[in-house]
Amino acid sequence: MHRRMEWIYAWLLLTPALILLFAFTHYPAVTTFWASFFSTPRGRREAEFVGLENYVTLLEDETFWQVLVNNAWYAGITIPVSIALALIMALWVDGKLRGRSFIRMAYFAPTVLPLIAVANIWMFFYTPGFGLIDQVRGLFGLGEVNWLGDPDLALGSVIVVAIWKEAGFFMIFYLAALQSIPPSLREAADIEGASRWTYFRRIVFPLLMPTTLFVSINAVINSFRLVDHIFVMTNGGPDNASSLLLFYIYETAFQYWETAYASTLTVVLLLLLSLLAIGQFFFFDRKVHYR
Amino acid sequence: MKGVGIEVRALTKRWEETTAVDAVSFSASAGQFTVLLGPSGCGKSTTLRLIAGLEEASSGQILIDGDDVTRQPPNKRKISMVFQSYALFPHLSVAENILFGLKVRRVPAREQSDRLEKTAALLGLSDLLKRRPSQLSGGQQQRVALGRAIIAEKPICLMDEPLSNLDAKLRHEMRIELRALQQKLGLTMVYVTHDQAEAISMADKIIVLNGGRVEQAATPRALYETPASLFAARFIGTPPMNLLRLARQDGGWMIAGDAAPFAKQFEGPLPDELYFGVRPEDLSLAGEGGVPAVVEAVEYLGADNMIDCRIGTERLTARLPHHFKITPGETIRLTWAPGAAHLFNALTEERLEEASRLLARSAGPPRDETRELSAPPASAAQGPR
Repeated sequence: MHRRMEWIYAWLLLTPALILLFAFTHYPAVTTFWASFFSTPRGRREAEFVGLENYVTLLEDETFWQVLVNNAWYAGITIPVSIALALIMALWVDGKLRGRSFIRMAYFAPTVLPLIAVANIWMFFYTPGFGLIDQVRGLFGLGEVNWLGDPDLALGSVIVVAIWKEAGFFMIFYLAALQSIPPSLREAADIEGASRWTYFRRIVFPLLMPTTLFVSINAVINSFRLVDHIFVMTNGGPDNASSLLLFYIYETAFQYWETAYASTLTVVLLLLLSLLAIGQFFFFDRKVHYR
Repeated sequence: MKGVGIEVRALTKRWEETTAVDAVSFSASAGQFTVLLGPSGCGKSTTLRLIAGLEEASSGQILIDGDDVTRQPPNKRKISMVFQSYALFPHLSVAENILFGLKVRRVPAREQSDRLEKTAALLGLSDLLKRRPSQLSGGQQQRVALGRAIIAEKPICLMDEPLSNLDAKLRHEMRIELRALQQKLGLTMVYVTHDQAEAISMADKIIVLNGGRVEQAATPRALYETPASLFAARFIGTPPMNLLRLARQDGGWMIAGDAAPFAKQFEGPLPDELYFGVRPEDLSLAGEGGVPAVVEAVEYLGADNMIDCRIGTERLTARLPHHFKITPGETIRLTWAPGAAHLFNALTEERLEEASRLLARSAGPPRDETRELSAPPASAAQGPR
């Protein structure tokens, strides 16, 4: 009797969260998967089962492949660069430094700003002719550059913004991890005559591995998830040069109203993300020491 | 790795407002066990860290084996160190922790494994080499830290309260073991502790620090038998030495608040106030004579009883064998052996060697001619409360 009461109690406590989870996460995910096997319903014509037709379209869709390659570049550059920058900044800010709390705050500021606001700031930097970057270039007698309008530069420009936004955020995690390393470890290494580099390589870096794992998974997810600045800065252009997977899904679903095809793209995105996350866990698992 | 000597000259460490170490001078002889003893905040750990080179001296000199190393980095000072927190690298195995220094110094792999084997055998760690620090008990972690220090084969080993994280039984075992190890290896050991029992049982020489200054540097025996200051007298011994204020009156001396004279005039120039010191274990019950004291509390400790008493306004503790049946409220007569008495200048807090010796020669407790002892002293009943 008592046990059953506990069961009821437990379920009652879990129910609100479960309803929300199922209604807004699991149910849409399953419907999306389901919808990817149907055609897009239009007007009176109902969706009909088309099997793998959407997936065939996907394989033949040049834009999809371009967006995927873009996203690979985007992830391949933002993730390592922002993590490396975060670590370097954290090591610097962790040291005995004049005005160190001010510097910490300064580094963290981009994280607090909404990405849309960040994008607006960078729009000003990138504006051809009188933007900040071109004005500085002008001092050296260099010409104007259309950073966001040039198909060769647009993706790179967008990547810089993402790094600027992310590095400060990851720095906070590294900083917290660095501060949890007892200073006596540094002293013990000093007594043995270990150089700064040896101490970093053999002690600090391995002790930061759990943080690196956490940060890198976040970075991977963010590299597929954070697309707000694309809307403000390039709208995916020119000619899809700066379009990313999620942005393309948005366009397909809410501008072309190809909901079935958008579902297919979403399934691919989810698959990709889960593969990456699982892969990371396996890759890091042997190298991470948890205290 | 025969030990080498350390000499510290007028060593000072200042942080903006505070002076942690104030012109400290002492020497630690080669192959000897030197203990820096003092309460927390007395500057003993800072002194050790200055010797290690983990802190930079504001002024003064540190000489190791005759060389001035005041401005040298830690690895140029012929030292190894054991930290209070052990400072083991949590992600490395026991073997890697012990070998860390040798790897940094690129000692050949062959020699590394030989020395590891030797060190592990010495400390009983041979079966634990593959474990991580988190899989070890406190005592085992302590041994790993010790192993990391001795595998370096440096002539000096510095220890910062290495036993403070262990339980009482293990601490006692490790004390004996550390002392044996130090003597076996012939190391010069400088050991920081706030535990006077630990200091007395291990040291060849104890440096008592207080407020960043050296109170006394002496052998454990000298420190116990002739404390140089009130501070040293209060700090050594469990329970510490009884210190009773003496006031000058009518050409003699009285225990403060007591009505009867305590002793005749001591010779020599003396200040107006003195402290009279006697250790609880040096007090005994007098058949005849002695100083009457009112018993306030009795603490039963098994073999001995701690008797808290009052003479005048001064309190003291006597350690008496348990077979004396003593109850609170009763008046007992206390006496002590000649030579167990100590006198201190109340103003400078320094020991009065001459007067202490005189007091000993006058046979310690006052004789009948100086003190009326027939009835319970009036002071016992009407002394200030």
